[in-house]
Amino acid sequence: MDTDQIEYIIDHYKNPRNYGSLKEADISHEEGNPLCGDVIRFDIRIKNNKVDETRFTGKGCAISQAAASILTEMIIFKDLNDIEDITPNEIIDALGGSISPVRFKCALLPLKVVQSGLFGIENWPGEE
Amino acid sequence: MERAYKNHTILDPHDIRKDFPIFKRKIRGKPLIYLDNAATSQKPRTVIDAEKNFYESTNANIHRAVHTLSHESTVLYEDAHKKVADFIGASSWREIVFTRNATEAINLVAYGWGLRNLNEGDEILISIMEHHSNIVPWQMLRDMKGINLKFVDVDDEGRLKLEELPKLLSEKTKLVGIVHASNVLGVVNPVKYIIEEAKKVGALVLVDAAQSIPHLQINVAELGCDFLVASGHKMLGPTGIGFLYGRRKLLEEMEPFNYGGDMIETVTIEKTTWNELPWKYEAGTPNIAGGIGLGASVDYLNNVGLDKVHDYENLLLNYALERLIGLSGIEFYGPKEGGDRLGVFTFNIEGIHPHDVAWILDEEGIALRSGHHCAQPLMRRLKIENAIRASFYLYNTKEEVDRLIEGLKKAKRIFKA
Repeated sequence: MDTDQIEYIIDHYKNPRNYGSLKEADISHEEGNPLCGDVIRFDIRIKNNKVDETRFTGKGCAISQAAASILTEMIIFKDLNDIEDITPNEIIDALGGSISPVRFKCALLPLKVVQSGLFGIENWPGEE
Repeated sequence: MERAYKNHTILDPHDIRKDFPIFKRKIRGKPLIYLDNAATSQKPRTVIDAEKNFYESTNANIHRAVHTLSHESTVLYEDAHKKVADFIGASSWREIVFTRNATEAINLVAYGWGLRNLNEGDEILISIMEHHSNIVPWQMLRDMKGINLKFVDVDDEGRLKLEELPKLLSEKTKLVGIVHASNVLGVVNPVKYIIEEAKKVGALVLVDAAQSIPHLQINVAELGCDFLVASGHKMLGPTGIGFLYGRRKLLEEMEPFNYGGDMIETVTIEKTTWNELPWKYEAGTPNIAGGIGLGASVDYLNNVGLDKVHDYENLLLNYALERLIGLSGIEFYGPKEGGDRLGVFTFNIEGIHPHDVAWILDEEGIALRSGHHCAQPLMRRLKIENAIRASFYLYNTKEEVDRLIEGLKKAKRIFKA
């Protein structure tokens, strides 16, 4: 991983975008990874089948928290159908690409929270 | 050719490293610094060659055939049992049962002894410091047999509360399971004292030596334990091989754990009688190459001398402790002074998640562990969620400790912690 990618991740971790919670959210969903104790919660407001507003809170490692921050920017104003189609690779790419496979669960926890909260998908993204 | 390490008074890790092919490896162009020895150790050339040579020139099944290779394989495999027996001071090699690992050895005792001999209301005493491998099999027995599982607590620094032993031990206590050295804190427990206390109430004692046996000379006769378990892969040996030491009388009385081929004496449609020790407990074709590899790892440790390994690790431990404690914002778990301990450090850096520290260190070619270390009850007791663990072995150097410190400083810089 090059220095720029590390700095990009640390920036999202230290200055998370859309951090906080929403009053009167349509969807509020929280999940954790018991293996490492990471927890992420997403609040989402929906208008015309699109994400109108979203906030997240959480605790955990830089990769999980940065991925949540980045994901808020990916889903804002997006059609729900497109959010259902977001793949693990898109998250890894958004984080800069070279995430070690042992950290995939950290990186994918926010997507799991969003897809499970919106569509009830219980699997980890990318898993059958 | 084995080196004549016995001629040196102090172990030279740079000499030792020449025996370990993996240290040629680079991680992202940087030399590998391997500090995850509590998880598994690296393997010397002699161990790798022992397995390779077996497959290349001797491979055959044991205890079966009249042909030469089968006989040679049998001798090599039995010799490996003898090497382990001598290494831990067992009175006979028949007291050594090869298993997949320490976990399987504990399960063997839980099923072979516990399932048959325990009754409702009986008690097993373990400690909160145990690895999951010495907790979960006993929980299974508790649920199946209606026995009680009790725990010896630790103080806030992670030392066993030995003063509580007398009130935890009673006539009801049938077995005490105790870890010799903690895989999280590195503390070496006074197992001899615990065994003496357990004997007063007639309890059997199982010692989990998985973490200690790579570093400390163990003598089961001196300790007086009934069972002792270890894994080969933490003591320079291959994965997939470990052993159970059991007092001969107990192993003779106990029932097998696995049933099938090679563990039998005679089989009729009605009835089967068991083979002699240790084969009664080694059903099916065993891990022959792994056993021979384990024998080679014992040879290697004997050749270097465990006393020398221990002395050197103490030097390294003190050097690392001094340098780590000097870092600001470090939270260090386990006893900071006094008592015997191994080269295992568990710590956190304020403001950085342990996985993130491990990530930045991995970028520097430094391998260490972050997480709960398969000892969740202990972590919870010490109020730690996750932590970083650096664990040393005979091939680690002061220069590597320095690079670890540099790596930690880099993590602090990046995270502005």
